[in-house]
Amino acid sequence: MSEEHYLELCENPVQFENASSVNNVFFDEANKQVFAVRSGGATGVVVKGPDDKSSVAFRMDDKGEVKCIKFSIGNKILAVQRTSKSVDLINFIPDYPHTEFTQECKTKNANVLGFCWTNWNEIVFITDQGIEFYQVFPDKRSLKLLKSQSINVNWYQYCPETSVILLSTTVQGNILQPFAFRNGTMSKMSKFEIELPVVPKPAKLSLSERDIAMATIYGQLFVMYLKHHSRTANSPGAEVVLYHLPREGACKKTHVLKLNTTGKFALNIVDNLVVVHHQSTQTSLIFDIKLKEPDCAVNTHQPVLPARSIHPYRIPLSGPAVVPSQPPPLCQLYSSSWSVFQPDIIISASEGYLWYLQVKLPPTVNLLQDKGKLMDFLLRRRDCKMVILSVCSQILEGGEKGSLPVVATVFDKLNQVYKEYLEAEQSYTVAMESGPSRGSAAQKRPVRTQAVIDQSDMYTHVLSSFTERKDVSHKFVIAVLMEYIRSLNQFQITVQHYLYELVIKTLVQHNLFYMLHQFLQYHVFSDSKPLACLLLSLESTYPPAHQLSLDMLKRLSTANDEIVEVLLSKQQVLGALRFIRSVGGHDNVSARKFLDAAQQTGDQMLFYTVFRSFQQRNQRLRGSPSFNPGEHCEEHVVHFKQLFGASATRSKTHTM
Amino acid sequence: LLHTSGSTGTMASGMQEKQYTPSLLSFFIYNPTFGPREGEEEKKILFYHPSDVEKNEKIRNVGLCEAIVQFTRTFCPTKPAKSLHTQKNRQFFFEPEDNFWIVMVVRNPMIEKPNKDGKPPTVEYQEEEILDTVYGAVVRQCYSMYKLFNGTFGRAVEAGGVELLIQKLEKFFYRYLQTLHLQSCDLLDVFGGISFFPLDKMTYLKIQSFVNRVEESLSLIKYTAFLYNDQLIWSGLEQDDMRILYKYLTTSLFPRHSEPELAGRDSPLRPEVAGNLLHYGRFLTGPTNLKDPEAKFRFPKIFVSAEDGYEELHLIVYKVECPIMSVSSVSFLASVELTRDFCEQLDSLVGPQLTLLASDICEQFTINRRISGPEKEPQFKFIYFNHMNLAEKSTIHMRKTASVCLTSVHPDLMKILGDINCDFARVDEDEEIIVKAMTDYWVVGKKSDQRELYVILNQKNANLIEVNEEVKRLCATQFNNIFFLD
Repeated sequence: MSEEHYLELCENPVQFENASSVNNVFFDEANKQVFAVRSGGATGVVVKGPDDKSSVAFRMDDKGEVKCIKFSIGNKILAVQRTSKSVDLINFIPDYPHTEFTQECKTKNANVLGFCWTNWNEIVFITDQGIEFYQVFPDKRSLKLLKSQSINVNWYQYCPETSVILLSTTVQGNILQPFAFRNGTMSKMSKFEIELPVVPKPAKLSLSERDIAMATIYGQLFVMYLKHHSRTANSPGAEVVLYHLPREGACKKTHVLKLNTTGKFALNIVDNLVVVHHQSTQTSLIFDIKLKEPDCAVNTHQPVLPARSIHPYRIPLSGPAVVPSQPPPLCQLYSSSWSVFQPDIIISASEGYLWYLQVKLPPTVNLLQDKGKLMDFLLRRRDCKMVILSVCSQILEGGEKGSLPVVATVFDKLNQVYKEYLEAEQSYTVAMESGPSRGSAAQKRPVRTQAVIDQSDMYTHVLSSFTERKDVSHKFVIAVLMEYIRSLNQFQITVQHYLYELVIKTLVQHNLFYMLHQFLQYHVFSDSKPLACLLLSLESTYPPAHQLSLDMLKRLSTANDEIVEVLLSKQQVLGALRFIRSVGGHDNVSARKFLDAAQQTGDQMLFYTVFRSFQQRNQRLRGSPSFNPGEHCEEHVVHFKQLFGASATRSKTHTM
Repeated sequence: LLHTSGSTGTMASGMQEKQYTPSLLSFFIYNPTFGPREGEEEKKILFYHPSDVEKNEKIRNVGLCEAIVQFTRTFCPTKPAKSLHTQKNRQFFFEPEDNFWIVMVVRNPMIEKPNKDGKPPTVEYQEEEILDTVYGAVVRQCYSMYKLFNGTFGRAVEAGGVELLIQKLEKFFYRYLQTLHLQSCDLLDVFGGISFFPLDKMTYLKIQSFVNRVEESLSLIKYTAFLYNDQLIWSGLEQDDMRILYKYLTTSLFPRHSEPELAGRDSPLRPEVAGNLLHYGRFLTGPTNLKDPEAKFRFPKIFVSAEDGYEELHLIVYKVECPIMSVSSVSFLASVELTRDFCEQLDSLVGPQLTLLASDICEQFTINRRISGPEKEPQFKFIYFNHMNLAEKSTIHMRKTASVCLTSVHPDLMKILGDINCDFARVDEDEEIIVKAMTDYWVVGKKSDQRELYVILNQKNANLIEVNEEVKRLCATQFNNIFFLD
């Protein structure tokens, strides 16, 4: 059976001391730091971040049970909440006094539910009666209230990526009020209501904090609501409802993800995919909100792939305990002790691990039969390039060979993305050339994601090896190459010469010269000097290639020298001469080249004609028929005299 | 259906003068090795038209040809005589296969001048009016056409003896000779070219894609050719096979099918429905109506060259005709006996796609027309031919119909074109010939590499230099994307 687990835990988890009666563990979503607080901090606080730089260890006085602990951005200031009325702060900036200072919440009788850092020195207290936005002055060990808003709060959530705090208000808790913070300002965003499956009577808190999560997907902020299956409503299972939260304007319900089952769920966002973990079946589902479902109502999504569990995970052992013969023990996945944080974090406090959840693309290839849909899916993933290229190879070769319409669909999808990138790149170049003063905002250079599969990628990884396969009919090879060229043309992408060369090579190998001729006749292969030269080289096996090549050189209009060379090599000296005259290059052309060629033919009259023609040119240009020393025509002058006598060189009456 | 053959085509000239165009006197095929002994001469004759000629005359005529060929061989063993000129007629000899000879006898055009006093009219034969190259090509074409549908003579003898060959020849030429229109043969018959439809790259690639898809999903199909109206767009067949198939399609099959429609008698331009897609496709060979339970699924067999000799294939011609004058047709060649299933599959696959493509091409067609400018009578008419890809283009010839190929210029001018062509054939080098015709037209022939261009200019007051300039200009506008030496 092929590998089917398309989700996995990262190989190197963040390890920390597991939670116990003497060790409390806290997680800060903003800095992604795990705090292990032993005995209220007296025997040590160990902070583990995603990298070693953000890991710190220190001690602090045990002043009561810690409820919440977080560093400001950059580990500058530590905030600790021990009571429901105040928050304590400690400077971590070197040279600043390290003694704690305390800030009580301003609102009387309010309980602090928690706090969030929105900057290195800006902090927001969330109380059950509103929010308070402070600026911290670490040197003065004081805080200044920047802004506050009074509102009844049941619970709150914070999205550090966008600095948005979401408050649950009203008795039922389903009116959500977001606030955005930026550079010392706090702005109220439009509030919105979450539709509850059942409205309880009498009213009571019905929207749980556990069923709401905030995350950015494809650069947009969404509030995700886990809408549980209700027995009364006639729905087959739970749903995740996405509310789009724009910076400005009203929040809108935009997507519904159908889970088709019931039970306990948890949400993650990985690579812009919504991952829904289902505890009872120990499996996960993924949703891509950009994948259009043709058979569903607008913006209703089914899982992209069948449910699979996260890849089995062995806890890496370290230290002297490692026994090489024994594989490390399997970690229990979907454990009830797991906590899931946005966007992609899973923490097992009891075991002391923090993992990042990852998507593995190779297994998806075999789980998603519809190649078009598979491409849509892969093209939006981060590390997609090699997988996409392997899919391309797969549909061209071997047992899973796709039909031409499938191949065409895949090529079109790739080239759509490729074209968008090329256009962005081009408009950037134009903007840069026109100067930075034009256009107010400096345009950003477009990022080339892995999804941009260009012609050289296709050539190197897919097409060149494909055309060499012996078990594929040449008919299919040519059809595929033409399909790729068609697709590139359809998106108005300039086709690279090496692709034409590949087609021509294949056609020539199978003696399909008439096909080649027709392609050239309809200008399917864009004109270029290299292509014209390639055609010239085919002349010995296919004589008409000569004509095709000359036509192409003529159309290029920059290849007059080449045309002359070709004609001279065919001993068509007069033709060459007439051609160069017709394009007005007669005056600058090397007489020696023509005289050499004429002499080589052994045709004396031809030599005479060419010689006289250049004499006339000299006469016209310099008033004398003689050649300049720089033209190196001395031997030809001698030859002419030998053939026709000295007097003939001066005669002006003879013309051909 | 009554057929008017060329021999009755007359043109009144003047009051009583009668002009007769060239016509077919006889056409026969023989093999001297089949009756070498005296008294067995009749066995040599495999086919003789007209069939009602007396046996001894047949034998005499065949014997004469044999003798001429033998006699001329003594002068040039490698190149036996190709034609014999006499006052009343001209004979053409062609040996397509070893010892098999085809002879065509054409009566020279003539003018019948009535005499007074009830004397029989005087007949003036115009011996020099007809061209060897043109009618030599016609004979070769006869053979190629036979071979396309029957394979070689030798093959028939091998398969069923001389008897079978005689039967096949009879069956084929009885009909085919009726379709020869000797009076309208000209330079184009010498070329035997193919008219290509000019198309932009993208539409062309779409057609490629279409052809490849059809060949992939219907693997019985070995080769495909794609045409628009009477012009070729794509041929998967080799050039020589395509050349003769093209001739058959454009001069025989298509006209036969388009004429009843032109007459408005039976215009079946109702769309077919395949699945949920409308299309206008139908078969030109094989079943006339797929829905007919009695429909026959028999397609003509043709022979095309293969790596080892010849292969026998079924010719499927499928055509899409939209209400807006666009006609696309695809010819498929398939190797196996075809069934109803296959035809239905083909119909449902090709019909809708071809209908779409046809509208794309039609768009291109109108663009082409716009580019070529308003349709006013140009100062010149031309014929272009490229030996390399057999591409031909003529603004002299009008639409071909089943019966005649109309030209828009006087036969005298066509004769001059033919003469220039003969001159070109004699030498290898590039040449240019400028002729002032009796009727004040200028005729220019140009040969550059493998290309030939013939221009007829209607400028009687122009001098040689002006004519030369005019032709240069024509090349620069009409042929700017090919290399044409001037």
